[in-house]
Amino acid sequence: MTRFLDLTLNGIANGAIYAAVALSLVLIWRATRILNFAQAGMLMFTTFLAWTVIDHGASYWIGFLVALGSGLLLGAVIERVVIRPVEGAPPLNAVIVTLGLLVCLQALAGMIWGGNPRSFPAAFSIKGYKIGDHVVPFSPSDLFGVLVVAAVLLALLLLFRRTDLGLRMRAAAFAPEVARLLGVRVGHMFTIGWALASMAGSLAGVLVAPGVFVAPNSFDAVLVFGFTAAVLGGLESPPGAVVGGIVVGLALSYVSGYAGASVVTLGALAILVAVLMIRPNGLFAPATARRV
Amino acid sequence: MATRAEPVSRARTLGRVREVTLVRHLTVALAAGVVLYLVSNALSAFDDLQLATMGYYFVAVAGLTVLTGVNGQVSLGHGAFMAVGAYATAKLLGETGQGLPLAVVLVLAALITAVAGVVAGAAAARLRGPYLAGATLALAVGLPSLADRFPKFLGATNGLTVLPSTPPASLGADFPLERWQAWITCLGGLVTYVLLANLLRSRFGRAFRAVRDDEVAAQLAGLHVARTQILAFVVSAACAGLAGGLFVVVTQLAAPGAFQLALSVALLAGVVLGGLGSLWGAVLGAFALVMIPQWSEDLSKGLSLSGNVQANLALAVYGVVLIGVMLAAPRGLAGGLQWVHQQGRRAWSRRKEEER
Repeated sequence: MTRFLDLTLNGIANGAIYAAVALSLVLIWRATRILNFAQAGMLMFTTFLAWTVIDHGASYWIGFLVALGSGLLLGAVIERVVIRPVEGAPPLNAVIVTLGLLVCLQALAGMIWGGNPRSFPAAFSIKGYKIGDHVVPFSPSDLFGVLVVAAVLLALLLLFRRTDLGLRMRAAAFAPEVARLLGVRVGHMFTIGWALASMAGSLAGVLVAPGVFVAPNSFDAVLVFGFTAAVLGGLESPPGAVVGGIVVGLALSYVSGYAGASVVTLGALAILVAVLMIRPNGLFAPATARRV
Repeated sequence: MATRAEPVSRARTLGRVREVTLVRHLTVALAAGVVLYLVSNALSAFDDLQLATMGYYFVAVAGLTVLTGVNGQVSLGHGAFMAVGAYATAKLLGETGQGLPLAVVLVLAALITAVAGVVAGAAAARLRGPYLAGATLALAVGLPSLADRFPKFLGATNGLTVLPSTPPASLGADFPLERWQAWITCLGGLVTYVLLANLLRSRFGRAFRAVRDDEVAAQLAGLHVARTQILAFVVSAACAGLAGGLFVVVTQLAAPGAFQLALSVALLAGVVLGGLGSLWGAVLGAFALVMIPQWSEDLSKGLSLSGNVQANLALAVYGVVLIGVMLAAPRGLAGGLQWVHQQGRRAWSRRKEEER
């Protein structure tokens, strides 16, 4: 029973990170109907930037801000330069372009920082809390992750529901032509969507980095988990992405605990296929979801 | 033709024979075989190894071309199918090579992978575009780690090794092993070419294209969309399995490190670069997959770039190729050549008209 509770806590901690990745995928899907496979490369790159800053003696929080800021910038630049031409093209073209971006970013990071995994510091202690004599696998650092992701979700909901900018973004995503007629700069909205998404991804990067070490391809699996979470949540709704992230985190924690850590990715694949078979629109898609 | 009463002139008979799809593809394959035989004899051992590599890349890229180019289903998981074929081959050959004969093993490897393709295809037939890409991505990332789960059976990180299949004694004692490997993989490539070329010209090939272009219209025309998509997946997986088997013949090793996501991406880059949907494009794509790492190594040595840059240059080129081709020439090299050809013909006919 203790083991089950441990795995549950561990799952929630990991789930928060997958939720952040899922959020970044969902934001881009909402804005441009593109699944951003480059996300793993983008968050890897910004995490490497943060690592470099911290390695040169800056504090963790400066590195944290560098990751988020560079993520914002990277997302905007990528949308303007390489994604804009494939918006509206057949989905296959966008898939191939984002995959090419992923490979480019991984190769670039390999050229700059080499292939050796680097250890990344955590914000707070990674020693689990003590309950009686038992040390649970949930640390102040994990708590920080959960709280930050919750804050990001809240901020996004406020942005989309309560602000003028959020309304414009929603309009641009769901009816680009009408939005354009009403004076919304649709292209700008897409760029902002990508920038915000990329920042959420960067956040996931710095949160997951202490656990996986930073190397050019150490975030591939995180992308798969984030994608699974996003699909579980229906690819449309930010709250769905967060719930999907937690569910995937829990499920994979049990898979890892009871079946072995090496089959975790296949576990994610099984969840993914099962969800897509039974409820192709995910658990949280609105009733009027567009056919894709 | 023999039942016809009127005499048929020899030229017309020849013309008819040439019209038969199988004959035409066999002729092409035979001619290519002769060229490959002559080329492989002229090449050095190292270049023969490159040729052998090209052989198995062609088989895999051609298979993926059928799936992605002709049937419109994207797969980022073909590296995983190659892994299935490679491990099947290594297991069936046995460590000492005392298992079944190589040809039988390769056919079995293709069949085993085809079975895996049925499972994946049945799931894939319900998925579209980005969803399918994501699911196959999970397959590519997840499957190699199975080797760690079953260390006894699949050899964990070190993988399974096999003895090289040596050339028969009748070829002489100093016949280079690399040339023999090139013969095996090129033969595999030619067989794949004939089978796929015929398939694409058949009822099934037309069904593949119809489903890609418009699912509803294909359904109205009486095609079973899901079944067609699964069939394309199975054909494609079988090719990847054969390619994996040929990979083991060349490298004598089946290890998880060789079948990472990078391999799947490289295969897709080959398909995209060659031009989605053309077998000739697959030849160009396979050539590019062998030469890009080679050229980038030469380049980085020539410019004396650092080891990190050298190790990643080929990967960067694949990425740039994927983005660049999609933005600039979505029909790839084969499409580009066709375009040049058309432009040339147009210019030619324009000049003729002017002469008149």
